[in-house]
Amino acid sequence: MLAWLQKVDRRWIFLWMGLLVLEPLLFPVGFPIRVTRPAQMFADAVASIPDGSTVLMSCDYDPASRPELVPMHKTALRQLWDKHCKVVVTCLWPGGSGIVDETIREVHDEPAYRNLKYGVDWVNLGYKAGNEAVMVLMGQGVAGAFPVDYYNHSTSDYQALPIMRNVRDYSSFPMLVNISAGYPGTKEWVQQVNSRFHLPMVSGCTAVSTPEYYPYLQAGQLRGLLGGMAGAAEYELARKEKLGPATRGMDAQSLAHLFVALCIVLGNIVQRRRTPGSGA
Amino acid sequence: MSPSHDFGIWVAALLTLCVFSFLYRDNPFYKFAEHLFVGVSAGYYIVLNFWTVIVTNLYDPLHTMFVKHQAPFAAQLGDYRAWLFVPGALGVLLFTRLFGKIGWLSRWALATIIGAYAGLKTTGFAQGDLVAQVQASLQPLWTGQIGSSLNAILFTIGLITSLLFFFFSREQKGALGAASRVGIGFLMVSFGAGYGYTVMSRISLLIGRFQFLLHDWLGMK
Repeated sequence: MLAWLQKVDRRWIFLWMGLLVLEPLLFPVGFPIRVTRPAQMFADAVASIPDGSTVLMSCDYDPASRPELVPMHKTALRQLWDKHCKVVVTCLWPGGSGIVDETIREVHDEPAYRNLKYGVDWVNLGYKAGNEAVMVLMGQGVAGAFPVDYYNHSTSDYQALPIMRNVRDYSSFPMLVNISAGYPGTKEWVQQVNSRFHLPMVSGCTAVSTPEYYPYLQAGQLRGLLGGMAGAAEYELARKEKLGPATRGMDAQSLAHLFVALCIVLGNIVQRRRTPGSGA
Repeated sequence: MSPSHDFGIWVAALLTLCVFSFLYRDNPFYKFAEHLFVGVSAGYYIVLNFWTVIVTNLYDPLHTMFVKHQAPFAAQLGDYRAWLFVPGALGVLLFTRLFGKIGWLSRWALATIIGAYAGLKTTGFAQGDLVAQVQASLQPLWTGQIGSSLNAILFTIGLITSLLFFFFSREQKGALGAASRVGIGFLMVSFGAGYGYTVMSRISLLIGRFQFLLHDWLGMK
């Protein structure tokens, strides 16, 4: 057995991993999911926004982060629209404006939100180059930083975009909901906007960047944090959304993690047997 | 099961399979998908940046200014857009790197970019990370509850010993060595958590692709 493990072709590991991910997607196992404190804090923070407020939602991701971030983006949008909040969407990732607009449209096409109107209940200001400079510029005026929206309407044209009538700078928003895949993202919003303009914020981010943002949660700079697909699934559970895309992926996620843990243990045993006394 | 009739989804699904084929071994299908991805991405980002940066941030404001006010500066009308000539010129200077003799001119633009971002980053880091994090780290060790007090004590030990590990002005032996070894333990735990989250991120991508193949392509709900 040990000899076989020492020489095992890594393609067997890929095959096992593929099967372990595929099987629960076809035949769900239903592993239990528990809503952790950061995810509950996220849901509670969004719930605490006064009904009918205008909320800033910065969606800083691109298609590479779709499986992790689109589910939480959709759930956050549903929670805001359920509270009759108006949503001002921005994007600081060049490849993100298309997928962000597509995601909003998919939620809008759901029966509960079909009566919401673009320009009245939400606006997509699209992509703006400049990273931190854009964040600081928005503090002086959102319309100045984004002269036109994603569809090329002037943000100063209140006929086309009535929602912009109530939007001046960060003081117009009770909260920033940030969906972040990396740079620029949550870290930069905390540094440039939360600290400087004292705008409360919550973050939904990719799992790989989650450990970096926990100190912000512990310090109270973030009011809630969703980490990757697990965070998105917990948020769906907290919102009592049945079988959301993140929840459906969690069985596969759990099995894959067990398999990785098993591989690490076996790898260490094999390595220790191969080089006795090395401590490696 | 009802496979998609959308041509775009078929293209995406076949390219996904081409990329997955690399897991068996390098092959022409993978190479094709790889080269296509690099080429399409480069073209997409060039076009996207032209239309969302050059046109909306530079050309449109300057064009509006000339058409509406017919003057480069119309400050009395509240129009300061002519200043955009300055970043426009600095942007053009970046291309002087392509011409050997005047290549040094590109440093002006780079100096402006580095200076502006260094300033923004420094103040942001000082406010958002340094002050706020130091403030949050100063917490009472006894909170009146066993659980949260243990948490605070563990946090403080982890913080101090991890910082001591990065103290290189004295040889790490004796009490300093022991403390830094404890710090290594805490750092290892954080690396482990980071690794676990990274695995979750990568597995999520695989799940996302499988969900696409099963649901969007093959129509299995």
